[in-house]
Order: sequence, then structure tokens, then C-alpha cells
Amino acid sequence: MPQRHKIELTVNGKKLQRHVEPRLLLCDFLRYELRLTGTHVGCAHGVCGACTVLFNGSTARSCLTFAVQADGAVIETVESLAARGPLSPIQRAFYEHHALQCGFCTPGFLMSTRELLTHHPDPSEETVRMALRGHICRCTGYVNIVRAVRAAARKLREEGLGRDSEP
Amino acid sequence: MKPSRFEYFSPTSATEAVEILVKYQGAARLLAGGQSLVPLLNFRVITPAALIDLNRCHSLDGIRRDGASLVLGTMVRQSAAETSEIVRTCCPLITTAMPFLGPSTVRNRGTIGGSLAHADRVAELPAVAVALGAIMVAEGPNGRREISADEFFVGDLTTSLTADEMLREVRFPVCSEGQRFAFVEATNRHHDLALVGVALKLVLKASRCEYVAIAAVGIGPKPTRLLASERCLVGNKLDAAAVRTAAALSIEGIEFESEPHTPAGYRRHVLPTLVERALMEAGSSSEESGR
Repeated sequence: MPQRHKIELTVNGKKLQRHVEPRLLLCDFLRYELRLTGTHVGCAHGVCGACTVLFNGSTARSCLTFAVQADGAVIETVESLAARGPLSPIQRAFYEHHALQCGFCTPGFLMSTRELLTHHPDPSEETVRMALRGHICRCTGYVNIVRAVRAAARKLREEGLGRDSEP
Repeated sequence: MKPSRFEYFSPTSATEAVEILVKYQGAARLLAGGQSLVPLLNFRVITPAALIDLNRCHSLDGIRRDGASLVLGTMVRQSAAETSEIVRTCCPLITTAMPFLGPSTVRNRGTIGGSLAHADRVAELPAVAVALGAIMVAEGPNGRREISADEFFVGDLTTSLTADEMLREVRFPVCSEGQRFAFVEATNRHHDLALVGVALKLVLKASRCEYVAIAAVGIGPKPTRLLASERCLVGNKLDAAAVRTAAALSIEGIEFESEPHTPAGYRRHVLPTLVERALMEAGSSSEESGR
């Protein structure tokens, strides 16, 4: 049996301790060990962006990260956006602007949008497109996604959620 | 999709990492940002016996100026290099080129040393390193040695590092007044790997070209200096005619290869266009911004 490594990490605010085989990818750890199936795996080689999570506050592709590397890390998945509560402003904007159809790519888009709006409370269309260019959506054609992100930014500004708050 | 089994090490220093490299005699791979390596593992293109994760080697992620050199540790994240004021001041070409390396999520994890040591034939950073005349500092069991960027890149996914060596840091010459730079590429999507990419360093004196280095990727197994173009520029006035002549000469002596989505003819066609664009861009930048 391969050696298993002990990891301690925080996932969506909860401290956890597990033993993992080194080759276990972070996306599979989240989905199969923690049953956090909101993180989707599209291509599994870093092209589609569906598996994007926040790794110590910055977006990372969980299919290109091993769970063992998350020892000591703070991970946030799409489930952190609205834990059993009403939709978060970003999620609501996606819903209202028809920024998803099948929804498979959406968790990744939401996490990158969250990173973007943390740093750019009022992004231009160009900035939004640059920030989301690592994500593939095969349903929407992106126009409504860009609209949704800018609408979410407006909403968050109106609500007075500044740079340091969590979108 | 699963990588095959491997032993996992996460050393906290380069010395420790090299010890593990020595022990595995070429059967171990170094893991930096993982943005190129992990896809190869996921597809089982490579099946190393061990992975040596450098992400806990915090002495390798420094950005500093050391005299006439800008020193980037091998684990400096591409996103950190992009936003660093020291990098912008010392080597603006690095700042300019960073967004071409990949989407921001990839640059959050991807590293300077990882991209260089991976040496993909269509990666952008190797062209920048060659154009700037960077020095690679390798660390092995017998200490450190310096390798020029020209000699570092040997072929596709191949560098002159030996099996028991790692890239420890990269030293870029700090740019001085009057130097101008450009990075241009042809690609399917803005952040994709280049089909053809061109990095340029230019020194103008009284609108004459005093020095020029043009490095291209995507036209061979490693970054290539376009020497014929360079030779025809040095000593001459950088006017439209000189730019056109230099661009036309860029394809001299190069055997273009065809790939499924990039026929040789396309590369032959696009290289002079990119050279012309890079020269125009650098040539037209003002003295103040061209530092």
C-alpha cells in the first residue's frame, strides 16, 4: 500500500483532518472524501476551469493540485458562497441574467468572479473577460455571464460591501 | 483520471530537494506550480517514482535586486512577478509578458522557474529569458553553477540541467535607460500557448539601433535568436524600410515544422509579421516609457 499522508486543512470554514494518498487530486478529495460535489471536474487537465476553488484566498484549479498539497491551507468551494442560505449576490446575478444553462461550468465561474470582485469592485467588461478567460462555457456564449458579473459588482457596491468584505 | 502512484516529498530547502533528486537518480520529478506537470501526470504521459514538491521551500520564492541583476527565485508565482514593482522597474518585459502565460488562475499557481525548467517549445517565458540574456542558477549535489539562457534550453521539454540538478533562481540583467522591449505572439486564444511568439530587446541611440536581441518561440524545439534580422538592424537607423527588411530576414535559415493546427506555411507567414510588430512597438515607445 502506498504511504498515506496526514493533512490538516480548513474547508469552507471547517477544520478537517484526513489521511490521503499523494496522488489524490484536490478535486477528487473534495468530491469523494468530503462529498462536496459542487466542485465540478470537466477536463481534469487545467483547460476548462470548472474545478476552480479558492486556495488560501486565490483561485486554483483543483484538478492540478494534490490534496496532500493542501496541508495547512484554507480551501473555499462553491458551497461556501451560500451555505444553506439564500443565494449570494453573485449567484443571484447569474440566476437573474441567465448566465447559466446546464450549469456544469458555473461553480468555477462563480469562484473566479468572487476573486475578481474582491480586487476589482467595479470591473470593466474587458476586465471581466480577462478574469474569466480561463473558463469554458458551452451554453451561454459568455455575454450573459459578463452581464451577470457586472450586475453583481453593482449590487455589491450598492450594498456597500467594499474591497475587504467577501462578495 | 488518476496519476500513477508516486512517493511524495515536500522538502523545505533546495539542499534537501537536491538530496532526494540524487537518491532517485532521475526517477523523481520536481513539482513547482504544477500547471504543466500535473496534466502530464493525470494523463500518465509521465509516471515518476517520486514527486518532490517545492511549494514549502520558502527561500525559493524571493524577488530581489542584487546589483545589476533582478533575481527571481524559482518558486516566484507568475502572478507575483506580474504585480511586483521591483520587476516592473528592473525588467518591464517580464511584466509585459506575464499575462500571455495563461489565465490568472494558472498564474496564481504557476511559477517562473517551473515554466522555464519545463521548457515547452511554445511557452512564452523562455523567449523572454533568451531575449534578456538571463542567467539560470542551477543547484546540484556539488553546489551551484550558472547557465546562460541560450545554453539552458536544449530542446522541447529539455534543458541542460542534469538529473540531480534543479533550477534555483534566475538572474535577469537590470535594464538601463534607453532600452526598449516588446512581446508579441500569435495564438488561438489570448492566454493559450503561443503558436509563434517574439520577445524583443532594443537599444536605440539617436534613432539608430545600437543593440537588438530578438528571440522567437514556436519555430523550433527551443527559443531561437533571429540573428539575420538582428545583424541587419545593428548600426542602422530604425525606419520603416529597416523594419521591413529585418522582418523579411527573420525566416532565414529556419526549417518550419507542421503541426495539426499550425502548418509550417502559417508559421513562415506569421513570424515576419510578429517581428515587424515587435520592432514597431518597441521603436515607437517614447524614451521615458522605453526604459
